[in-house]
Amino acid sequence: MELTLTLNGKKMSRLIEPGILLLDFLRSEGCYSVKRGCETSNCGLCTVFLDDVPVLSCSLLAARAQGRRVTTLEGLRQEAEELAAFIAAQGAEQCGFCNPGFMMNAIALLREKAEPSVDEIRDYLAGNLCRCSGYEGQLRGILAFIEWRKSEKGGAAR
Amino acid sequence: MKIVNTSVPKKDALQLLTGQPVYTDDLAPKDCLIVRLLRSPYASAIVKSVNKKAALLIPDIEAVYTWEDLPADAKRFTLAGQTYPEPSPHDHLILDRRLRYVGDPVAIVAGRNEAAVEKALALIKVEYEVLEPLLDPTVAKDNKIIVHPEDDWEALCPVGADNKRNLCAHAESNAGDIEATLADCDIVLDRTYHTKAVQQCMMETYRTFCTIDTYGRLVITGATQVPFHVRRIVALALGIPKSKVRVIKPRIGGGFGAKQTCVSEVYPALVTWLTKKPSKIVFSRYECMTASSPRHETHMRVRLGAMKDGRIRGIDMYAVSNTGAYGDHGPTTVDLTGHKPITLYRTESYRFVADVVYTNNMPAGAYRGYGAPQGMFAVESAVNELAALLGMDAFLLREKNIIHEGDYLPSYYGETNTSCALDRCLARAKELSGWEEKGLCRKLQNGKVRALGMAMAMQGSAIPYLDVGGATLRLGDEGTYNLLIGASDMGTGCDTILAQIAAEVLECDLDAVSVFGVDTDASPYDSGSYASSTTYLTGQAVYQAAAELRRRLTLLAAKLLKCEADEIIFDGKKAAKIDGSGALTLAELAVASQAGNDVALDVTASTKSTASPPPFMVGVAEVDIDTETGEVRPVHYYGVVDCGTCINPNLAKVQTEGGIVQGIGMALSENVTYAPDGRVYENSLMQYKIPSRLDNGRLTVVFEPSYEKSGPFGAKSIGELVINTPGPAIAAAIANAVGARFYELPVTPEQVAMAAAARKKK
Repeated sequence: MELTLTLNGKKMSRLIEPGILLLDFLRSEGCYSVKRGCETSNCGLCTVFLDDVPVLSCSLLAARAQGRRVTTLEGLRQEAEELAAFIAAQGAEQCGFCNPGFMMNAIALLREKAEPSVDEIRDYLAGNLCRCSGYEGQLRGILAFIEWRKSEKGGAAR
Repeated sequence: MKIVNTSVPKKDALQLLTGQPVYTDDLAPKDCLIVRLLRSPYASAIVKSVNKKAALLIPDIEAVYTWEDLPADAKRFTLAGQTYPEPSPHDHLILDRRLRYVGDPVAIVAGRNEAAVEKALALIKVEYEVLEPLLDPTVAKDNKIIVHPEDDWEALCPVGADNKRNLCAHAESNAGDIEATLADCDIVLDRTYHTKAVQQCMMETYRTFCTIDTYGRLVITGATQVPFHVRRIVALALGIPKSKVRVIKPRIGGGFGAKQTCVSEVYPALVTWLTKKPSKIVFSRYECMTASSPRHETHMRVRLGAMKDGRIRGIDMYAVSNTGAYGDHGPTTVDLTGHKPITLYRTESYRFVADVVYTNNMPAGAYRGYGAPQGMFAVESAVNELAALLGMDAFLLREKNIIHEGDYLPSYYGETNTSCALDRCLARAKELSGWEEKGLCRKLQNGKVRALGMAMAMQGSAIPYLDVGGATLRLGDEGTYNLLIGASDMGTGCDTILAQIAAEVLECDLDAVSVFGVDTDASPYDSGSYASSTTYLTGQAVYQAAAELRRRLTLLAAKLLKCEADEIIFDGKKAAKIDGSGALTLAELAVASQAGNDVALDVTASTKSTASPPPFMVGVAEVDIDTETGEVRPVHYYGVVDCGTCINPNLAKVQTEGGIVQGIGMALSENVTYAPDGRVYENSLMQYKIPSRLDNGRLTVVFEPSYEKSGPFGAKSIGELVINTPGPAIAAAIANAVGARFYELPVTPEQVAMAAAARKKK
């Protein structure tokens, strides 16, 4: 079947197998940030945006993206780099394999709410598993990023 | 120190955080054959026949291999990534007629796409002779069912193995007369403990791709902690010369020991070697949970002898470690089960006896802590129970009995405790956690109970006399350096901390050191990243290589400035004559090194160690317990660590936090259980619950460093130590809340609720 969608801002049409998952389609299009960590929608590694809403691309047929906008971390480079610097400052990226899904969902949260509380951060990101960091460093990084964005310098930079 | 002991970001951090394609499956050629395995549905069976005709008729299927297709020279081998000759018995074939667990590979299918391979797997007809499985490790020794009856089974090292008795290993060690000591004690606590086969659950499952290079050699690229061992093991498995194999390690999505075993490499290696076409295998999470290499399930009996005044005089432990269907890491993991926890205490005598047994469970392997977490749970739980029996504070009991710096350690291979801040860790943990003010147990207004528990731990730093650390440092262009290593950064940050060590010695910026690793054709030999060896041992190699490169730089400068080397001072940026009559910048030296030069500015250093200096940790768990439902929620975990000098405090801290949370999982939610037919119940991340960020509470980690003279800049290891304390500390906290002890991990809500209910009845 023919799939027409906007991937990372670029409109495209592709012939696809009707059964292909969005995750596999995106990787076949070179969006390698999208990772598979399980087969049961438990890990959050494959999180992408469908019309700016975070979804698990492992649990969605590519066909569902018909006529819609799909964004992966490749399409959010600048926004990602801003937050990434704060996670890196904590050393909380560790192996990095869960990072893209975590970054996508963290960006979604921070777009939705500028200053989430600690509990809100943990709730929102509960579906993003990480086996390396123990989560605490990721939390410190997000909190530091929020502080920076609040500060005059950060406000100006945005 | 300018760069060592600072929290610089990891050199690869931004690449990883922005999702760059740097992992195995991102790099695999797009025309790779897809490799999948047909796996045994039975825990014990013999393959009588395989009919692969129908599968081979599928157009996109390239090959279907069974035990009949193995190369004639293929020999039994171990998948354990250990120095040769491996202590783990050689008990594997790539494909065997005898199947020893549910998931044991029966056939390898390679095809041009997933759909074809999937279809082929369903079309392979296998006739099995189903045998009765052996699933209980406590009756495995000398059982009538023998897991490895074959005559070509081989133990290369004297580890007390005997396949005809289901023994993968038998170990005994002791000091003093333990029976006499225990007979003379006021109290002898005699308890049995049980820990389960928990899973590493690295986010990137096992995966490997293989190609043939220009010279007809097999190139294996994959997620491994042990590239040099993979080279040897695959060569042996395929029956080809090791010189025909090259192994490359890109970024790895977590290891935790899982990737110290060659779980996935041999299958695509066989396919590519036979077809001469690129191939790859990517394990599903299901395979990762059912056919991998989890922690050894262990049963332990501990006898702890003490006097009424709290003096611990003797520890006796007997452990039965379940290695499952194969003996990967079996003989060596169990060693830590005894020696690590027992060594924490100054005793008059000790004894440790262990049997490592084969069963028809999933094979076990290496997982962070490598046997120590099991033993730490047993001994620390026994000491906590002793404190309660004596009516003595758990900290005070430790203070009376712990080892100190300078102590001779009979239960730790006769080593001397050269650096130890365990006493300071105890004091700091007590203060940090509010141990005395909070009390062991208090009722909350919401009806729950908040309780505290504590435990200590130690680990080692590298395997003495065996591990090899390697580093090559070379002067690059423009006065920068290349650091080539054979140790695998699996996310821990060793590329960065090794570069920090180099930059400190060479007095350059961290950015001036480019790190390369790992390629067995280009990297210096290194045993690999395991046994908490990288910082301590490879770090020493980097230190030595950097010091020698400095010396060579002054030699070159002396030649160019026409003076003696001892007339030159090198400050990292320039080499200057002491009398001020001439100087060359590092960039000028770099140019000169490539023109008419005969001083090699390329230094390789190899290191071994003669000791395995232990790092130490004290952990305090604060948990909320719902005595109605049995639910246990960690509220706060306090960790105080002595890993010597932190080369990078941030990375050491995150290692500790990650290890604590893995330990929390092992304590409360992570479980591997078997159906009566030998199937694993917890076969996905839905059933097997690793902690999410809602499950760990807050973490506070601080360091109380000692200084280990033999380590680089005083450093010891950190990676494994940190998983050890949550099991016993959380079990103790629950015990303090409900008044009953727990002898098995994980402690489930059912067990807690039943204990709380029983107490109410009284």
